[in-house]
Amino acid sequence: MSFHQQALGLRAERQQVLATNIANADTPGYLARDIDFSATLAKATAGKAAPGPLALNTTQAGHQAASGAGLSLGADLLYRVPTQPSLDGNTVDMDVERVNFADNSLHYEASLELLTGKIQGLRLAMQSENS
Amino acid sequence: MAAFSIFNVAGSAMAAQSQRINAVASNMANADSVAGPDGKPYQARQVVFEYAPLARKANASLATANLAGGGLATQMASRSAGLGGVRVSSVELSDAPARQEYRPDHPLADEQGYVTFSNVDPVAEMVDMIAASKSYEANVEVFNTSKSLLRKTLTLGE
Repeated sequence: MSFHQQALGLRAERQQVLATNIANADTPGYLARDIDFSATLAKATAGKAAPGPLALNTTQAGHQAASGAGLSLGADLLYRVPTQPSLDGNTVDMDVERVNFADNSLHYEASLELLTGKIQGLRLAMQSENS
Repeated sequence: MAAFSIFNVAGSAMAAQSQRINAVASNMANADSVAGPDGKPYQARQVVFEYAPLARKANASLATANLAGGGLATQMASRSAGLGGVRVSSVELSDAPARQEYRPDHPLADEQGYVTFSNVDPVAEMVDMIAASKSYEANVEVFNTSKSLLRKTLTLGE
């Protein structure tokens, strides 16, 4: 469950980065950004991500760590290597961005479906048998 | 909430692109306008886009504190925010030479018989319009995709 939560959060974050790229496709001097999804997800699931602003303190041995990573996954924003840089210094390649955006949307939806399946499974397990 | 700022990003881009289309419309409408009584012909308008980092309360003080540091500092401030839309920073007047035609019978012709028209290049304007409308469409697509994804997120687990 936590894995899909992290993945979903990261997908949402990447969606925004790609939307920023598409919005700035005509802005002179804008450099396209992206995040390394798999590396960031590995970091987030390994618990090495920077604690978010909602991190819980653990003061007792029985306390469970909650990093509050849903708000800050510590995603490193990288710069895209331009294949066809334009004269005004803009490195947004609309085709690349749109393909990535569609791909990211589909992955987001897939994560959503998987989470839904898990929640439905849990809900089924919690129901009494005679209802 | 962070997830909804994507609408601000796409919305700002749509507003900026529609302003660009407005400028094209103004230029095309004045493509054949002649120099007025002041002798100055219409100059083609061009909008200039600028990256507009999303203002977040936590980062706002950081951004203003770094403003004195120049380009790199503002880059770092926007990196910490990471995301942003686009805004129209200024509307520039084209300083291309005005088109002149020899029409001695024209009421606004000068002593040599030349009439000064606007400096609008209709072909370039049409290209600009198509590019702007394609960018606008792309942002509408971003908006709609994000909207349907968020709607699905709201019904998570049902």
